[in-house]
Amino acid sequence: MTIAQFLVLSAAMFSIGIYGVLARRNAVLVLLSVELMLAAVNINFVAFGRHMADPIAGGQVFALFVITVAAAEVGIGLAIVLLIFRNRASANIDELDALKW
Amino acid sequence: MVTAALLAGPAILAAGGEEAVHHSDGGVLASGAWLIVLVPFVAALAITLFGKRLPRNGAELAVGAVAFVAVYGTVLLFSTWMGDGIVYEGAVTIGQFGGFEVEWAWVVDGLSIMMFFVVGVVSTACFVYAVGYMEGDVRPTAFFASFTLFAGAMLMLVSAANLIQLLIGWELVGVSSYLLIGHYWEQKENSSAGMKAFIVNKIADIGLMIGIIIAGITVGSFTLSTIMDKVEESDAALDDVAVVVAVLLFIGAMGKSAQFPFHVWLPDAMAGPTPVSALMHAATMVTAGVYLIARMFPLFEHMAPDALTVVLVIGTITLVIAGLLAIVQDDIKRVLAYSTLSQLGYMVAALGAGAYTAGLFHLFTHAFFKSLLFLGAGSVIHAVHSNNMSDMGGLRKDMPRTFWTFIIGSAALAGVPFLAGFFSKDEILASFNEGGHSIVFLLGVITAFITALYMTRAVSLTFFGEYKGDGHPHESPAVMTVPMLGLAGGAVLVGYLNVPGFTSSFYNLVTTRSVSHELLGEHATSFDIMALGVGFLALVLGIAVGYRLYYRDAPTQKERDRLRIPVLWPLLENKYYIDDLYMNGIVNPVKGPIARFINWTNSYIIDLVVNLAGLFTKGLGRFVYGGLDQRGIDLAINEVGAGAGFLGGKLRYIQTGKVQQYAGALFAGALVLVIGFWISIT
Repeated sequence: MTIAQFLVLSAAMFSIGIYGVLARRNAVLVLLSVELMLAAVNINFVAFGRHMADPIAGGQVFALFVITVAAAEVGIGLAIVLLIFRNRASANIDELDALKW
Repeated sequence: MVTAALLAGPAILAAGGEEAVHHSDGGVLASGAWLIVLVPFVAALAITLFGKRLPRNGAELAVGAVAFVAVYGTVLLFSTWMGDGIVYEGAVTIGQFGGFEVEWAWVVDGLSIMMFFVVGVVSTACFVYAVGYMEGDVRPTAFFASFTLFAGAMLMLVSAANLIQLLIGWELVGVSSYLLIGHYWEQKENSSAGMKAFIVNKIADIGLMIGIIIAGITVGSFTLSTIMDKVEESDAALDDVAVVVAVLLFIGAMGKSAQFPFHVWLPDAMAGPTPVSALMHAATMVTAGVYLIARMFPLFEHMAPDALTVVLVIGTITLVIAGLLAIVQDDIKRVLAYSTLSQLGYMVAALGAGAYTAGLFHLFTHAFFKSLLFLGAGSVIHAVHSNNMSDMGGLRKDMPRTFWTFIIGSAALAGVPFLAGFFSKDEILASFNEGGHSIVFLLGVITAFITALYMTRAVSLTFFGEYKGDGHPHESPAVMTVPMLGLAGGAVLVGYLNVPGFTSSFYNLVTTRSVSHELLGEHATSFDIMALGVGFLALVLGIAVGYRLYYRDAPTQKERDRLRIPVLWPLLENKYYIDDLYMNGIVNPVKGPIARFINWTNSYIIDLVVNLAGLFTKGLGRFVYGGLDQRGIDLAINEVGAGAGFLGGKLRYIQTGKVQQYAGALFAGALVLVIGFWISIT
């Protein structure tokens, strides 16, 4: 398998993630899309690490870090979404514009 | 008793000046003599600070300080008599400014010891007297502080070993005199009298100051002993300026010792409390000028005989004109003031005639009997509450102690034989006669007659005849009469210190100096029969005429005086118009046209300049404020602020609050960066 195949997959996932972040209204789905983008990045890390035959497996280590950070991020994110939902009975991200001018 | 010791005690006799006399340095007594000066100053400071909290308003400190001086002075006097005579100079360096060293130096020799003794003893008498006299005064603390300051200043003056220090003491004496003359400053004439004394003295002091500067620069040192050494060496540089220096120093002395034409301040100075008149304006302060001439006597004698002639002439004029004025005064203190002037004239004229010892001896005896007379006058004033003899009369019965001490003082002043004034005045008259100054001798004798006349008049009007005042006069308390008794003892006894042919204690004392005896004159070894006889005749005539004129018909005195001496009276009553001359010739032109001119200059020229400058500044300020600041700088700042506000108002709509818009912008930015990088690599 060539590196290009992994990169195409990764780019496709990242683009789908961006679309999700920008277009979705449900805050949970936005968070999900962010996870998708992070997964795409992880694929890139691992693929390049393998491709460059890194002796200390830096790509894989960084992927593990990203997974850790993503887990923490989604934990906090879901907690915020939960609280917003409790307060406003809605998880619609369009309505969350209290910080505008 | 004291006199007996003095007559027997003195071991040294007049050496005649040929052989060198060996003096001792006086040991710790002389090297500690700075205490004499310091103690009164410290006491004056302490009275100023704490006097009001003390039970007697600081009087106890004042009396203590001068009593210390009196004891120290007496001990010094006796130790110089018992030993070989003390000549000592001590100095403490106070500060150093580059090469110029400021030192406080004191000299202890016969002349200064004589002055320590006089100042100490007479001060103690007057201070004790003042405790009684100033009872219930409005400002006793201020009085005693100034009085003690005076004692310190006078001692500073007479202990000075250099001319600068002498000048400091001299000026401080003037300051305390000013303060004390104007003690009752609520009345305008008293404070005016203080100012008159100060200003007249100040004018004369300019002469002293210039003289000191010339002497100091010529010799290269202000130290008196250095200057005296130069005199003895007949230094050429000093010889050139000697007459000028001597005359300038004498001008200073004329101010302090109230010699014609600077005599006008002394009678007015009687506005001060009587103890002040007794101590300062009779015994000590006014003798500062005589002291200065005596201190610089070798300079006059050896290098400036012409200046000595000036001294003689001025002294003679003063002794005659002041004596005449004393006859017509009604104010008892003014009689004594003019008498003081006249006696100071004797002292100055004696020094002018070259009689160093005679002049100083008269200073010495005069200090006792004249301060006694002033204290007696104060006692009378205290009793009748008036200075005028037309309110007195018949007081001999009510005030016996005052009467008898006053009689002793008057007799001593008039020169009644075997009292102090007799010996000193006789010695002065003898010096005029032997010096060949026949006119001065004649005037001196006439003034001796006048002296006896006016003292007889004063005693008659005050103590004899009918009492003309109000209320019942009573004898003063012991605190006032005891000092008078002490001084009366002095007025009887001190004359025996220098009887020609018998005692020479005083001569030995005042010639105990670092200069050789030749420069200080010889000692008279026998009475001058001529002077003695004529002087005695003048005394008897004076008393007789005074008795004839004033004893019987005291009540209408003034009117009869006017009839008796028709020509002289207006002249005397107006003090020879000298005060009017000064007033119309100097004071009024100064305060009239000159003051008006200066006022005009002030209001029309200086004020114009000031006003123009003010107007210009005001206009400039208005322009800067309105034009520059408000319309320029403030406008710019306001516009910048408004612009920022406007821009912010427009730009704030970017802040939509929508998270997805922000994220879109983020990604768009990232995309732009990626494209930018891509373009830049390819």
